[in-house]
Amino acid sequence: MTPATTPETAPAHAPASAPVLDVRDLDVSFGDVPAVRGVSFEVRPGEVLGVVGESGSGKSVTASAIMGLLPSSARVSGSVRLHGRELVGARDKELNALRGRAMSMVFQDPLSALTPVYRVGDQIAEAVRVHQRVTKEQALVKAVSLLDLVGIPHPAERALAFPHEFSGGMRQRAMIAMAIANDPDLVICDEPTTALDVTIQAQVLEVLKKARDETGAAIIMITHDLGVVAGLADRVLVMYAGRPVEVGTVDDVYYRPRMPYTVGLLRSIPRVDRGAQRRLEPIEGSPPSPAALPPGCPFAPRCPLHVAACDEAEPPLFETGPGHLAACIRWEDEAASEAEAAEAEEAEKETQAPAEAEEAREAERAVEAAVPRGEPVLRVEGLVKDYPLLRGAVFKRRVGTVHAVAGISFAIREGETLGLVGESGCGKTTTLLEILELARPQRGRVVVFGHDTARLGPAERMAIRRDMQVVFQDPLASLDPRMTVHDVVAEPLRTHGLGDSGRRVAELLTLVGLAPEHAERYPQDFSGGQRQRIGIARALALEPRLLVLDEPVSALDVSIQAGVINLLASLKVRLGLSYLFVAHDLAVVRHIADRVAVMYLGRIAEIGAVDAVYDAPAHPYTQALLSAIPLPDPARERSRRRILLEGDLPSPAHPPSGCRFRTRCPKFRTVLTEDERVLCVEAEPDVLPVGEPAGDQGAACHYAEQLDVVQPRRNSR
Amino acid sequence: MAGFLARRLLNYLVLVAVAASLAYMLAATALDPRSNYADRTPKPPPAVIDAQLTALNLNDQVPLLERYAVWAGGVLHGDLGKSVTGSPVNDDIARRAGVTFRLVVLGMIVGSVGGVLLGALAAVRQYGWFDRVSTALSFAVLAVPVVVLANMLILFATWLNDRLGTQVFLVSGEYTGGLDTGFWGSVLDRIQHLVLPTASLSLALVAVFSRYQRNMMLDVLGADFVRTARAKGLSRRAALTRHALRTALVPVMTYFAFTFGALLTGATFTEKIFGWHGLGEQLINSIFTNDVNTVAAIALLAAVAVLCASLASDLLHAALDPRVRAG
Repeated sequence: MTPATTPETAPAHAPASAPVLDVRDLDVSFGDVPAVRGVSFEVRPGEVLGVVGESGSGKSVTASAIMGLLPSSARVSGSVRLHGRELVGARDKELNALRGRAMSMVFQDPLSALTPVYRVGDQIAEAVRVHQRVTKEQALVKAVSLLDLVGIPHPAERALAFPHEFSGGMRQRAMIAMAIANDPDLVICDEPTTALDVTIQAQVLEVLKKARDETGAAIIMITHDLGVVAGLADRVLVMYAGRPVEVGTVDDVYYRPRMPYTVGLLRSIPRVDRGAQRRLEPIEGSPPSPAALPPGCPFAPRCPLHVAACDEAEPPLFETGPGHLAACIRWEDEAASEAEAAEAEEAEKETQAPAEAEEAREAERAVEAAVPRGEPVLRVEGLVKDYPLLRGAVFKRRVGTVHAVAGISFAIREGETLGLVGESGCGKTTTLLEILELARPQRGRVVVFGHDTARLGPAERMAIRRDMQVVFQDPLASLDPRMTVHDVVAEPLRTHGLGDSGRRVAELLTLVGLAPEHAERYPQDFSGGQRQRIGIARALALEPRLLVLDEPVSALDVSIQAGVINLLASLKVRLGLSYLFVAHDLAVVRHIADRVAVMYLGRIAEIGAVDAVYDAPAHPYTQALLSAIPLPDPARERSRRRILLEGDLPSPAHPPSGCRFRTRCPKFRTVLTEDERVLCVEAEPDVLPVGEPAGDQGAACHYAEQLDVVQPRRNSR
Repeated sequence: MAGFLARRLLNYLVLVAVAASLAYMLAATALDPRSNYADRTPKPPPAVIDAQLTALNLNDQVPLLERYAVWAGGVLHGDLGKSVTGSPVNDDIARRAGVTFRLVVLGMIVGSVGGVLLGALAAVRQYGWFDRVSTALSFAVLAVPVVVLANMLILFATWLNDRLGTQVFLVSGEYTGGLDTGFWGSVLDRIQHLVLPTASLSLALVAVFSRYQRNMMLDVLGADFVRTARAKGLSRRAALTRHALRTALVPVMTYFAFTFGALLTGATFTEKIFGWHGLGEQLINSIFTNDVNTVAAIALLAAVAVLCASLASDLLHAALDPRVRAG
């Protein structure tokens, strides 16, 4: 078998050439439960196909079915042809010869995808040696050159390292190196960047593009993130309940979606280029269980365009345009309503432009007016938290210090939401735990409702806990599975001696959008979004003034996430709450927060009003972070300039001298002169006000300079 | 890595010293060598008994700490003291240790290798017939004490010998005395003697190891790195042995040290039943004869053996798992 095309001759779109992969009517079921139902698509050489869907939509099962890596309990029917060769039902020996050579795969979790006991170089070399007759040395040389290709510094040295010595981003690069080791014609990427931080995600996506250019392979990119696909894919396939519901070119699917589910998905994603002025539109309900699909269209129960005919039969894929298919009997109505909406938006824009500016000014004034009013509900000043690094089993010795939080200050005023954002390991969770502890911090001060936590007695501490409640990240793990919803919600009431009133519980459940009848059920009877609502109801039981939210929506699917974000926003207004919202997702924070603090390696890099920070970030890290977030907008995504950060987060045990960000700072590397750099190396910058007029926004950079990196609409097109 | 091992070794030496000292104290206070002389006729005069006991460092009139100091001083010079009959403990123990360790080490190797293989095979075909049968047998073996198991093996072996008409399995002693069949003949004879005790020792071990290995293997069978290995194009067998089994072996190896102690205890019964003159047999005999020094010596030896096994398992662990080496 020879590769169909070489990189030089493979155009990005080659409709004339034969497909690399041709999937027809693929069905996969586990026992009686169908996981994939009638999936058909083809991928041409050099093409990138994005497969998008929420969890449980069957996208990963499809990928495993193509690779022939499903467990033996799965029943597969239909046809999967690679270069015309049938793979379904093929003998294992035959598949072994194809896997890793003609088609290869990059998996989601890079931390567990490499065998922990072998060297990274050896594992890549193994992939080479399985398919090519080369000596061990030749294979290792090839492995080193592959590591170099995927951008691992000092590849010869790093090839000898074990997986645990690699960071997540580097392991994913190694996985990509392994996948392209034998010049495959097809690379399947199953959520390759989901487990990574945004700046690392941007790096890995760059590597994937490079790998495609180098090998000319077709790529199937499976993801739940519509932003990731927008800039990378040529065509998109949207899956729902095990079926493709819309297929088309990226532009068709993003700008002219015909399936209400796709429309709903696009409207429910929080976007970093759009603030709270645009309310998210969640999709009602939750995805159906594959074991109990509704009759007719599986999306019908959640569909805003639902009519009686939808329940009669599952709609086939209608051709709604050249190369654009959608599984909806009302696709024409969707097209019409879209045209209407576009007109309305256009008209709105014209009338809004001056009004918007006026509004913005007004909002600014409002903010300014709000600033001096009232004591902050939470004030953190110079908070420090170190953890000792210990060695030894019997005699513990201190061998170092992890500076998890290294002196941060911020304040939350009454009725305000502060978003605390940063990548993993930046110290945001430690900050949150330090605040929740209500004890004297190692250094610095935490003042809650005007009380310094260092001087609290047990009774006062208990009283403050009533006013400060918390919502956790994992909705299932934070609810006791043996307690009914009533018990869960009533527990704080009982703890604080307020009696356990059924009426109050019913009231709370209604408040968070659940039915009072739900009180008798157990947490496992609910979907993820509903569970998080139960968690919120529990937090609200004592009528707190401040809610601390630790990544409250990151475990939820997009369509569900929007509902919870909207709920939090409306609760804040109705109950006059203040939020400390900890998240890694900057788009979510933009939608919910009034002010945002960006953390890097235990310090605040930038802080300020959300619109100011997002539209004109002054710290190079904020700029890089914002530019790394993919937008679900193909045209803009393709034309955007990314600020790529080099390397990984330094260890918080050995932070760099001076400015902590300088080792990865693009400004330090390229813009600053030798003399200017001295300051960065020697002095740690404090958060100083930036912007004109000097207001709320502050950045910890010696050479802060505001820059628009998200490119809001007014700047593009 | 060398520093890590050195520290471990130091910890172990402290532990051995503590364990052996405690064993000596316990034996010295609980056993009463003086009573050995009570039944003698004619009864020796107390002064003679005292003198003899003092010479053997067994006199309960001497303060315990003083006796302990003498004993410990001797041990540090490689002298384990004298038995109640006055013969040096060293010679007797040295001979018997060889016998016991031959049995235990062999049982250990057969048990762990057999257990690992059995467990891995059972896990690969989870809920298949092999898995079910091996699970049932493992639990049956685990439920039966070594004493019963050994006797059942003897019964089975004699029945088999009768059916076959020749003595395939020999059920008593370490070797047949006065045999003159050349080198290979005596090797065969020793193997014939060895089969049953080794089997009775290692069967329980196989059962334990196979359970443990099966669980570890099941943990990694669904692991992402095994899927990665298959995605590279490795066959199922290669992915399972090279990636899954290799990784699942790491935690099993740390288990090694713990089973060694249990095996030594098991060996006590096995030796008694099969008439091997090893440490276990001697331990029981010396408790009956109030032989403090021999009891203490065997306890010391057992402690050293267990801690050697721990060290070996540390080394194996480090050899198998690069994450430990870094630490």
